[in-house]
Amino acid sequence: MSQIDPVLETRKVSKTFHDPVTVQVLKEVSFSVERGEFVSIMGKSGCGKSTLLYILSTMDTDFQGELLLDGKSTTGMDRDHLSRLRSEKIGFVFQFHYLLPEFSVLRNVMLPALKLGRYGPEEVEHRAMERLKILEIGDQALKRANQISGGQKQRVAIARALINDPLIIMGDEPTGNLDSKNSDIVFDILRGLSAEGERSMLVVTHDEDFAKRTDRTIVMDDGRIADHGR
Amino acid sequence: MTMDLKLILGISTTMLLARLKQSVVAGVGVTFSIMMYIALSGFMNGLNELLDGLILNRTPHIRLYNEIEPSEDQPLDLAPDFADRTVFISRIKPKAELTRVRNALGIMQALEKDERVLGIAAKTTAQVFFNVGTIDLNGVINGIQPAEEDRLFRFSDYVVSGSVHDLNAVNSVILGKGVADKMQVDLGDMVQVTTADGQRTMLKVVGTYQSGLADLDNVQCYASIKTTQKLLGRGNDMITDIQVKLHDLASAPALAREFARKFDVEALDIQTANAQFETGSNVRSIISYVVSVVLLIVAGFGIYNILNMLIYEKLDSIAILKATGFSGGDVRAIFISLSMIIGVCGGAVGLVMGYFASIGISHIPFETEALPTIKTYPVDFSGRYYLIGVAFALVTTYIAGLFPAQRASRIDPVEIIRGK
Repeated sequence: MSQIDPVLETRKVSKTFHDPVTVQVLKEVSFSVERGEFVSIMGKSGCGKSTLLYILSTMDTDFQGELLLDGKSTTGMDRDHLSRLRSEKIGFVFQFHYLLPEFSVLRNVMLPALKLGRYGPEEVEHRAMERLKILEIGDQALKRANQISGGQKQRVAIARALINDPLIIMGDEPTGNLDSKNSDIVFDILRGLSAEGERSMLVVTHDEDFAKRTDRTIVMDDGRIADHGR
Repeated sequence: MTMDLKLILGISTTMLLARLKQSVVAGVGVTFSIMMYIALSGFMNGLNELLDGLILNRTPHIRLYNEIEPSEDQPLDLAPDFADRTVFISRIKPKAELTRVRNALGIMQALEKDERVLGIAAKTTAQVFFNVGTIDLNGVINGIQPAEEDRLFRFSDYVVSGSVHDLNAVNSVILGKGVADKMQVDLGDMVQVTTADGQRTMLKVVGTYQSGLADLDNVQCYASIKTTQKLLGRGNDMITDIQVKLHDLASAPALAREFARKFDVEALDIQTANAQFETGSNVRSIISYVVSVVLLIVAGFGIYNILNMLIYEKLDSIAILKATGFSGGDVRAIFISLSMIIGVCGGAVGLVMGYFASIGISHIPFETEALPTIKTYPVDFSGRYYLIGVAFALVTTYIAGLFPAQRASRIDPVEIIRGK
């Protein structure tokens, strides 16, 4: 059964903001992401794509409709369960790198895994180092997170998103803040990760070139999905 | 669970070390308040105890004596002819009677067996004149039991020269400083005294005494009780006062009433004899409590403010932690432990600094006529203040961390991340 379950599925997800005026940002959005799929979401500013992404990431729980992650509904789960589920199944890459400036690069990558507690500290360090090496920033591991360049930070953020072997990596304009060279590097890394097999990608972007190179582009308009891309 | 705790402590320590300057400022806030609390409380209580001691050390808890007063029963009351009349007698004179406590030796024996009594010291007072050339100076010789007097009433604290123990020699005397100065006598000199009955005796000066009250020092002198009894030409049952020190000061009024009834003597308790002292002592205690509490509250707010600021600066980090799988509870634990680390470190340094500050105060010179043996300010080093200080540091930093941590745990990471 679980073999054919999509990694991520929404059923009629709606969200309304009440402040300062009542606006329905999402209107019964239903779609799914399959295993290994690289999906991008495009749309004008304010069409609700980022809002949707944060609902999908389980960080935003204030919505109507149903969200299924790896075949399981998240409806009614308490926040502690959700944060555990999030650290197990989802890796997140933000537009801005969002690393903890007080910690070393290596430690930043290790923290989510230490919290999840699936492996001991030494194993976690080993795995973190492996991922940093794959992303070609192994030599920066012991620097403080605020001492490396923007492109490097984004790669550290990707390494952090990968540390718990998530089913899906979500990105909110992960290349939005990078020049084209670094942008290409990050895209290639994400592309490579999804091509490896089971891991899915879901990326919100403004960049059409970026979107074109993904498996499927979902286009949103005014809170609805205008095009599922297939 | 222990794994989680280690991780959380690791995160909070790293955060503290990353902003070392700010953490140190927060810690110094705690240190300073604990130090001030310990030093000031110790100082205030030291002074209070000193002032209380001025009275408490010198005053017996209960004094048994015999008041000279007119007899309540007059012969006329016994006459049957006047039984149904109202009798007025004016100007009754006291009957001729010695001022000694009747059956003093028996009473002392009974008191010594009483478990509520810490100790007793007998005293015999004699009115005398010191004969200096052609002039007679007024004086009072208190016959005391030197060892007991010293044990119960710290007599030697007020003896500024010579030694209390030399009083045990026959015909020796410790003069009040005023008396000694007037007669220009020194240790080893002889003075001649005349009692009210006209008996003359030579006494050897073995010390001088200073209470701080000029009126007393000009009159009061001390000799052993034996010497005084001999001076008066009386036997060893000539005792005018029995001074009682109790284990429990508060029970003095009740016991005084009991002893008065049981032994048929006058009994004066310390609370009645020094009502104004009780009031003064209470007011001083209230003042020092209020100062301590205000000190702690002000310190508490300072600590709360610093930690609150520290936590607001970490909002981004909170959002990141939450987005990468840390729960609200973890975030709360991180910030509470952050706060408590500051509390424990700052508090521990505060204890040490408070101790050194107390030592410093206790070396400041403090010379007072009233207390010839005190040379520096008194400080109470009791562990109580250190315990309160530690408990306070922990509780305040916990509470100061709790409210902001509670808020941090409820922060919606999406709002902060998207707010950029």
